[in-house]
Amino acid sequence: MSTPFRTLVKDGLWNNNVVFAQMLALCPSMAVTTSGTNGLGMGLATTAVLVVSNVLVALIRGVVSQEVRIPVFIVLIASLVTIVDMALNAWLHDLYKVLGLFIALIVVNCAILGRAEAFASKNGVWPSLVDGLAMGIGFTFALTVIGLIRECLGSGTLFAQASQLLGANFAFLEIRLHDHGGALLMILPPGAFAVLGFLLAGKRLLDARLEARRKTAAAIDTAPVEA
Amino acid sequence: MNGIAYHAERPFAAPHAHGGGKIGRAMLFVQLALVPATLFGFWLYGWPAFFLWAITLLSVLVFEFLSLRLMGKKQAERTLFDGSALLTGWLLAMTLPPWSPWWIGMLGAFIAIVIGKQVFGGLGQNVFNPAMVARVALLISFPLQLTTWVMPMPLASTLIPGVVDGLHITLGQTPLPDAMTSASLLGYAKTELSRGVDLAQALAAAHAPQISWLGVRAGSLGESSALLLLLGGLFLLATRVIRWQAPVGVLAGVLLPALLAHALAPEKYLGVESHLLSGAVMLGAFFIATDYVTSPTTGMGQLVFGLGVGLMTWVIRTLGGYPEGVAFAILFMNALTPLIDRYIRPRILGRTRSGKPVSPLSGADRAKKGA
Repeated sequence: MSTPFRTLVKDGLWNNNVVFAQMLALCPSMAVTTSGTNGLGMGLATTAVLVVSNVLVALIRGVVSQEVRIPVFIVLIASLVTIVDMALNAWLHDLYKVLGLFIALIVVNCAILGRAEAFASKNGVWPSLVDGLAMGIGFTFALTVIGLIRECLGSGTLFAQASQLLGANFAFLEIRLHDHGGALLMILPPGAFAVLGFLLAGKRLLDARLEARRKTAAAIDTAPVEA
Repeated sequence: MNGIAYHAERPFAAPHAHGGGKIGRAMLFVQLALVPATLFGFWLYGWPAFFLWAITLLSVLVFEFLSLRLMGKKQAERTLFDGSALLTGWLLAMTLPPWSPWWIGMLGAFIAIVIGKQVFGGLGQNVFNPAMVARVALLISFPLQLTTWVMPMPLASTLIPGVVDGLHITLGQTPLPDAMTSASLLGYAKTELSRGVDLAQALAAAHAPQISWLGVRAGSLGESSALLLLLGGLFLLATRVIRWQAPVGVLAGVLLPALLAHALAPEKYLGVESHLLSGAVMLGAFFIATDYVTSPTTGMGQLVFGLGVGLMTWVIRTLGGYPEGVAFAILFMNALTPLIDRYIRPRILGRTRSGKPVSPLSGADRAKKGA
């Protein structure tokens, strides 16, 4: 059983997006996304863990017996997260201070164990790598979008402190939209729920539209051609 | 939505009989009951108050219409003018500081209608009272604008801004001079207490109860005149649009702890009159805790609901960070409403409260025994 890479990428980015379709990993999606930069940083850290864990799980899947697979996966993921945690603390200390506790919590991010269990333990190394990458980028995309919307409405900036995460070359991303401050509620937890809700509704609306268009196109294609 | 009997004595099991009530009629009566307090508020705070009210009501209708269209509801126009959205907007406008800028009213209308009501599926489906959702969201998001209370300046006085100046204030082009703003009683008491001044000194003259009854004081439209709101509430009770349980519950829930605490330590706790007559207690008791959608079904349940609202209000006012807590208390009890409805259920027709079937003979038997 092998799925074409194209489908894997499409699934990870959109059709089976971790946040918008699988509705997994909602805790970090809502807790960390008070700004676009935080969302991006969290997404990238998760992606790193996800890719490596997927590859490792795919490598050892033949050796690990069914009965103990979950503890083994957890130990694997926990070690990876600890490495990422220490690496961030060492090299991106400012970002680490912001994301802080949530990095350690990547261990319990159900998306990672979910991919290990549902995909990597049943597929080869290359598909698992692609799957991890696609899922991770999809997750990063979702977190960044939620973060940007909340940041824009809540504090009137976009990608504040992005240079701390990506280096001084990316300082151009930091945009100050207006100086009125913003609706504090959007930075608080209710704002996260509201934004996520509207985004989910938006995705479903879009999917329904696309589906309807595809059906009409198919109907036109199969319609008998008049002479 | 047709077929709901609003005027039934108590909820009863099928077969239902329609009481002839319609959503539009109930909503119209509630709006009528709000008219005196609203007009008084316009007189007290001038044109800006009227503009804010008008903008809020207009925005509510616009957002309701857009939501109904987006959801593809049939007969959007009929649902639009059943008065429920209008009432939500009206109640929201009554809880806002009267000189707030226009966007407060418009944003409030959006939160109330779209996030508070239509997202849940529209009228009858929402868990939380939409007006209170909007009020609390605005208060948390924009603490400065939502706590800037203007001093009352009856239309007769010379200070009052004219129509054009009033419009400028609502459009946010004229910043309010500090001399025109003032704290509400509850806010003032909270500040003084936190400064370590005891209430006996702080409240000596400025906030006599007579002022509270009449309502010539700083506040929103819905908290200035306790008397006019009470009159509106009694009108609703008389026309049987609302029942007595929820209002009585709210008033008792505030009254009992206030009475006790004030008797024990008058220098630390506000008296009963101050609690009942200031803030949104009257509006909340008669107009918001009685919302059909978000309060329990049974009379007993509504009493419990009301008591909870009153008690939470007192607790938030006394122990919490915010000077006023009616909106928070109502949202909190809204969340508990399904639980209350689960434990306090209406009696099923033909069965006793414990659920045993009523024997058709038992009545006659009792009559025989009595004879």
